[in-house]
Amino acid sequence: MTVTDDRPAGVLGSRLLRREDPALLTGEAKYTNDLHLPGALHLALVRSPHAHARIVSIDLSAAKAAAGVVAAYTGAELAGLWAAPMPCAWPVTADMKNPAHFPVATTKVAYVGDAVAVVLATSETAARDAVELVDVRYDKLPAVIDLEDALSDRVVIHDELGTNKSYKWDLKIEGHEGAIDQAFAAAAHTVKERYVQQRLLPMAMEPRAVAAVPQPFGGDMTLYSATQVPHILKVMTALTLGIPEHQMRVVCPAVGGGFGSKLNVYAEELLCVALARKHKLPVRWNEERGENAHATIHGRGQIQDMELAADADGRITAVRVRILGDMGAYLQLVTPGIPLLGAFLYAGVYDIPLYDFSCTSVFTTMTPTDAYRGAGRPEATYAIERAVDALADKMGIDPMELRKRNFIRKEQFPYTAMTGLVYDSGDHLAAAQMAAGLADYDGVRARQATQNVPGAKKRLGIGQASYFEMCGLAPSRVLASLNYSAGGWEAATVRVLPTNKIQVVTGTSPHGQGHETSWSMIVADKLGVSPDDVDVLHSDTAIAPLGLDTYGSRSLPVGGVAIAIACDKVIDKAKKIAAHQLEANEDDLEFAGGTFSVKGTPERSMPLAAIAFEAFTAHNLPDGLEPNLEAHVTYDPPNFSWPFGTHICTVEIDVETGQVEVLQYVAVDDCGNQVNPLIVEGQVHGGVIQGLAQALFEEAVYDTEGNLKNASLAEYLVPAASDVPGLTLGHTITPSPTNQLGVKGIGEAGTIGAAPAVINAVVDALSGLGVTSVPMPASPHNVWKAIQAAQNGASK
Amino acid sequence: MKIRVTVNGTVHDSDVEPRTLLVHYVRDVLGLTGTNIGCDTSSCGACSLHVNGEAVKSCTMLAVQADGTDITTIEGLAVDGEMHPMQQAFMQNHGLQCGYCTPGMVMAATSLLKENPHPTEQEVRLGLEGNLCRCTGYHNIVKSVLACAAGE
Repeated sequence: MTVTDDRPAGVLGSRLLRREDPALLTGEAKYTNDLHLPGALHLALVRSPHAHARIVSIDLSAAKAAAGVVAAYTGAELAGLWAAPMPCAWPVTADMKNPAHFPVATTKVAYVGDAVAVVLATSETAARDAVELVDVRYDKLPAVIDLEDALSDRVVIHDELGTNKSYKWDLKIEGHEGAIDQAFAAAAHTVKERYVQQRLLPMAMEPRAVAAVPQPFGGDMTLYSATQVPHILKVMTALTLGIPEHQMRVVCPAVGGGFGSKLNVYAEELLCVALARKHKLPVRWNEERGENAHATIHGRGQIQDMELAADADGRITAVRVRILGDMGAYLQLVTPGIPLLGAFLYAGVYDIPLYDFSCTSVFTTMTPTDAYRGAGRPEATYAIERAVDALADKMGIDPMELRKRNFIRKEQFPYTAMTGLVYDSGDHLAAAQMAAGLADYDGVRARQATQNVPGAKKRLGIGQASYFEMCGLAPSRVLASLNYSAGGWEAATVRVLPTNKIQVVTGTSPHGQGHETSWSMIVADKLGVSPDDVDVLHSDTAIAPLGLDTYGSRSLPVGGVAIAIACDKVIDKAKKIAAHQLEANEDDLEFAGGTFSVKGTPERSMPLAAIAFEAFTAHNLPDGLEPNLEAHVTYDPPNFSWPFGTHICTVEIDVETGQVEVLQYVAVDDCGNQVNPLIVEGQVHGGVIQGLAQALFEEAVYDTEGNLKNASLAEYLVPAASDVPGLTLGHTITPSPTNQLGVKGIGEAGTIGAAPAVINAVVDALSGLGVTSVPMPASPHNVWKAIQAAQNGASK
Repeated sequence: MKIRVTVNGTVHDSDVEPRTLLVHYVRDVLGLTGTNIGCDTSSCGACSLHVNGEAVKSCTMLAVQADGTDITTIEGLAVDGEMHPMQQAFMQNHGLQCGYCTPGMVMAATSLLKENPHPTEQEVRLGLEGNLCRCTGYHNIVKSVLACAAGE
């Protein structure tokens, strides 16, 4: 059976199999570390074993004398190569503190893994062996791994800043400040909760890899990198190294997953380029997994204080949020902005009039944090969805019922939130009802009544999360208001070649999302051609010079829409040629199935193929019309896109061992119209399991000395197939009114919905034992401890 | 040290350092880069290939230990340009996204079906527990393997 059999009449919305797959399935695809680069030098970094220390001395002599070593440098010796510090593109406040951060430290280290020296050798093993010969003396300083300890400035990490506080950012809403206090004072019910978003390791299966290759003449440099952001990387490499931007080319070969961790500008990328220029040879670096755990950004890392006020009926009247954010040792590309991406979402899917959000962020002596799948929005959704369950518990009503009382109703869309943002479309009740049906919500509640009796060894729980997320980053003016240093547009070129084959050039940069397949479907639908006749070019700044890359579930609602608009422009131009050649008025022509015809006289027609060739020969074009058939578009979206949905998780917990078993997981997601449901489902599957992994398994564990205790895949619990359930998916379809395809992003939705749904289920299962909270990850140990604490509390 | 191995049907005589891992030999000496490296603790399974017909994490074996063996890598699975049924099943069921774990996953899955031609869903999940994927949540990987077993 092929799934293409049930393809509907149009290509858009069909389950077209991915064109990317054969190369990936047969081993033909080349990732960065697969590139064959004869004569390349291999870079290896000497990394600090201490979380916080002064560098006393570095002796490179033994390393330099080792076989195969070409050069070795300290940070001080490399200082002249940097035109500017490592970039942070999101100075969220005017007075944000940002320590100067260079690829290699010179005087102090601020986390385990901070680089202090580098070695270049003729082979990777020689380079890594030589690293062991570098003698570095450190003067150890105390580590800072607790966020409140960091805020106290007991130990200041960056001497020049005088404080560990990077910034305080408030979402100011006029008139809300006093009103909030009144709402809490007048509330019939309030909840005040503290949640901890543990640090996570992104763990894309492909570690990072970099190769910088000087071109044989002209002084140009090609940087191959396992990155999500070739265009941002090109600009930032040019600025940081003082290279004329037009002499930098960035290429992403196949990229093995990113999840935000490859949305950055890393020391190793800058080092490879700088050293390739210096030595006039290719320089490459392949990250090892243990190195990845330290040197690639971490995700999450927040303490959330969350308060809700509600009236006697449970209608939520106010939300107050205080965030303490863990920046890690330095600010990477968008580190400080991550909490802001969630700042607008702590009211969730609810019609709440009053809102108060403030975030304070601090430096710690741990790996920098930055974007990780969902970036700020999973954190926000977790807090509001856990707090709503806490409120339901306090009021003694079913959490599903409490949500229904508070949902923004379908007829309220487009809905202007108190934060000023406009939610494009939604139907939360429909999504929740579909999920409840698929999960047999009422049936599970009935089973609970019989199963969760005193003394029961296994307790049943069901938990829900209804989410809204803002993605499709982003309207450039909104980004400006948030102090982000770049825009949020995307570029597209659609080029009809003389033989009616189509080239699409996109600024998006896929790393598993199947853009080649999906973009070809958009073009096929627009131009009436087969997807097989559409080639999609991407991820090479020489081929696709303009773009803002792939993150924030932006590729379809921004990049895909740009392609659709470019197709419209191609059709407009083709229409002029058709009108000219058919001697008809443009207004009398219609375009369908790849052919222009005169309305009412279909025999007077001209297919796009003929027009493409006419545009190429230019023998008979309308006066003033340029030859060739292509259009370029740069599209700045008018709004974010707002996917939403309800996830329901059913668990059974062994109260003696604390083991959580997920019995069923239902995800109902609404991302508007779907270009390819096969790919949408894949995004939801992967996203849900990543969120479920935060809820049940994953945590970057640091000891008090600042050592990461689980820096390998043997110790950090990325779930295996046997650890996770199969998933039941449902979809409602509420098209976005803000773009012509009616689409919304779907890359992060699964992760956003999953963690709160799972933890709500865990707490629900244990509520009869007096448990009101369980920290993430809800490991057997943490669950067992929560049960013991509740029971000890009850017995006092 | 001198070794002789048959890889994807071709005999190779090589002189390798004793410490060279099989995965590095296959990738760096033979240029068969379809076998990927995802960790340094033999946890992820991205480097799985077949040694004498059985799935092996090629980072757990020295190249010298492979002397005299018959090895199949992901590049050797297709026959005359026609993808192996397992590769086809992964494509039909969207069992891959970024593709990095995929060669190892496919090699482990073919080995699994050789031992247990008609596994249950739970047996597939347990059988693949040595291979990590970060993109798919395993849902469609499991579906792919079951579809292949069912001859779909």
